[in-house]
This record gives sequence, structure tokens and C-alpha cells, in this order.
Amino acid sequence: MTDMVAKPLRPADWVAGFALLILCQLAGETLVQILRLLVPAFAFPGPVVGMLLLVGLLALMGDRARPVIASADGLLGILSLLFVPSAVGIMQHGELIRAWGGPLLLAVVASTALTLVVTVGAFILTERWVSR
Amino acid sequence: MSSFSEIWVYLATSPLTWLGTTLVAFVLALRIGALLGNSPLANSVLLSSAMLIPVLLLTGTSYPTYFEGAQFVHFLLGPATVSLAVPLYRNLAAVKRSIVPIAVALLAGSITAMGSALAIAAIFGAPPEVLASIAPKSVSAPIAMELAKSLGGIPSLAAVLVILTGVTGAIIVTPLMNALGTKNYAARGFAVGVASHGIGTARALQVNDMAGAFAGIAMALNGAFTAILLTGFLLLR
Repeated sequence: MTDMVAKPLRPADWVAGFALLILCQLAGETLVQILRLLVPAFAFPGPVVGMLLLVGLLALMGDRARPVIASADGLLGILSLLFVPSAVGIMQHGELIRAWGGPLLLAVVASTALTLVVTVGAFILTERWVSR
Repeated sequence: MSSFSEIWVYLATSPLTWLGTTLVAFVLALRIGALLGNSPLANSVLLSSAMLIPVLLLTGTSYPTYFEGAQFVHFLLGPATVSLAVPLYRNLAAVKRSIVPIAVALLAGSITAMGSALAIAAIFGAPPEVLASIAPKSVSAPIAMELAKSLGGIPSLAAVLVILTGVTGAIIVTPLMNALGTKNYAARGFAVGVASHGIGTARALQVNDMAGAFAGIAMALNGAFTAILLTGFLLLR
């Protein structure tokens, strides 16, 4: 495996890394569109398909993957920022939140806590069972 | 005087204003988080929106006007999702070793996420369109909106519930896992990815690269699995 630590990049590398991320997403979106022609109910997002494509590419690229790794780590470092515009969208639902806010918030919080506990428990218990 | 108000009209509708405000709010949110010792309660998505929404309401700015500026940030979600390939590739050996725990935890977590939300909302007498909107709350917004629509729910309500679920998971995951006493970061990351999609994954990446990798794969798998499960339910109904 290559050295995965990001060092400062030259402008051409910086743009090339970002371009590869965009091209993987484009390829993913295109594949999803093609699959939708065959299965109209197919609701899988293009970027996730792009992610799987990039995993394959990283394995093939070796040391040449340095620019795309630096771009990806840069973007992931500000991943929370990218959710802010959607989160602000809550402002459009004042009425619904006033009507259903309490029960919905309770359902979301309780269900999220339960899901975390069940998932982590299932993961750890299965891991122990497998390695026994 | 009228020229000043013209300048205000220009500024209030310019994408630059709201793009800039979004970035400043996020930097402030990170600073506040650092002041509070990076407490998970000081979640940057929550703090940023808590600053931005009052500003928009006070200036009478509509969400579509705001989004014209904020869309440039929103757009980067696509390439950022592709970027999750990097922590996944860095931890590929660990992911391959954990195929069986991943499969079992996905099944258990995905069904719990849907079932418990539906059950609690149903106890409170939520109408069918609200139930259909809360069912896919643990998957990323585009998939959840699509699923809510085909189940007869309200896509924009589904999007709100997705964000709430993400922020909730990002806030409670660290204290909850510490209370459970587990230091298994693969399992912790996977759990927050299943429960809280991308916002949970963002939190996992802050904690540790291995947790981030497992959260990313969990988010992708849960998106696919929830879509298959709910589509199957629609076809059988």
C-alpha cells in the first residue's frame, strides 16, 4: 500500500485530485441512470456508486493516488459544513414541527439511541462469536 | 436613503451574502465547539443552523433565496461522499475481516432504526403520511425523500427527520458508547453510520479514521438495505 499521508500539493495535482472525485461521481450517476432504465424503482445514489468506483481505482493507482487522497481528506475534514444548508431547511417546517414536534423528536431520539446500542451490540457479539 | 435600501435589497438576495453567512456561521460554530472542549453537544451542524435560522427569519429571507447561495456548499456533498472511498480503502483489510459482523449489525440496526421509529410514532397516533416520512429517517436525505414519496409520505418532512436523526446520533454517540464501555472503533463507527448516515459519519471521522471508514460503509449499506426493504414492502403490499 502507498504512503497515505497528505503532503502539500502543486496546483495541477490539487485540481487533478478534485477532478477525479467529480469524475467518479459523474460515472456513478451515469451508471445509476442506466440501471434506472432497467429497474425504474432503483433508488441508489450516484455518489455512493462513485465511492465504490474510487475504491477500485485507489487499488490500481498506487502512488499516483496521492492528489486524490489529499483532496478527499480535505473535503472530509469539512463534511459537517456540507450538511448545514439542508439543516437550515428545517425553517420551512415551522407548522409541522409545532403540530408534531414533541412526538417526532421523541421518536427520533429514542429510535436513534436504540439503533446505536443494537448495532454496536450486534457487531461486537458477532465478532466474538466468529473469532471463537 | 433609497440608494441604501437598494444596496440592502441587492445584498439580501445575493448568493454571496448567504454563502458567506453560512461559512462564517460554521467557523463560529467550530470556535464555540473548541471553547467547549469539543463537546459532542456543541455539534457544528446544530450550532450553525441555530445561528443561521434566526438571521434568515429576522431579515425575512426565504429558504429558496438562502439556498441560492448555500447550494455551492451543498453541492460538495456528492464529491465528499465519493471521498469516503479513501478512509474505506485505508481500512480495507479491517473491513474485509469484519464482513460477518457487518452483515449481522446491518440487518439488526437497519430493522431497529425503522421499526422503533415507526412504533413510537404510531403510539402517539401519527397519521400514515407522517409514519411513511419517519420510516427512512436513518438513511441519507436523497434516498429517504425518494422512499417517503413512494410510501405516501411527505418528502420534505422526511428530509427534516433525516437531519434531526443525523444530529441526534452525532451528539449522543460518543457519550453513549463510552457509557457502554466499548473501545471497538470499528463497531462504534459502524453503529453511527447505520443510525445517523452522513452527519454521524462526519462525527466518526472527527473521532478516528477507522471509525470513519466503518461509518462510511455502514451509511452506504444501510441506504441500499433500507431501500430494498421498503421497496419490497411496497411490492408485497
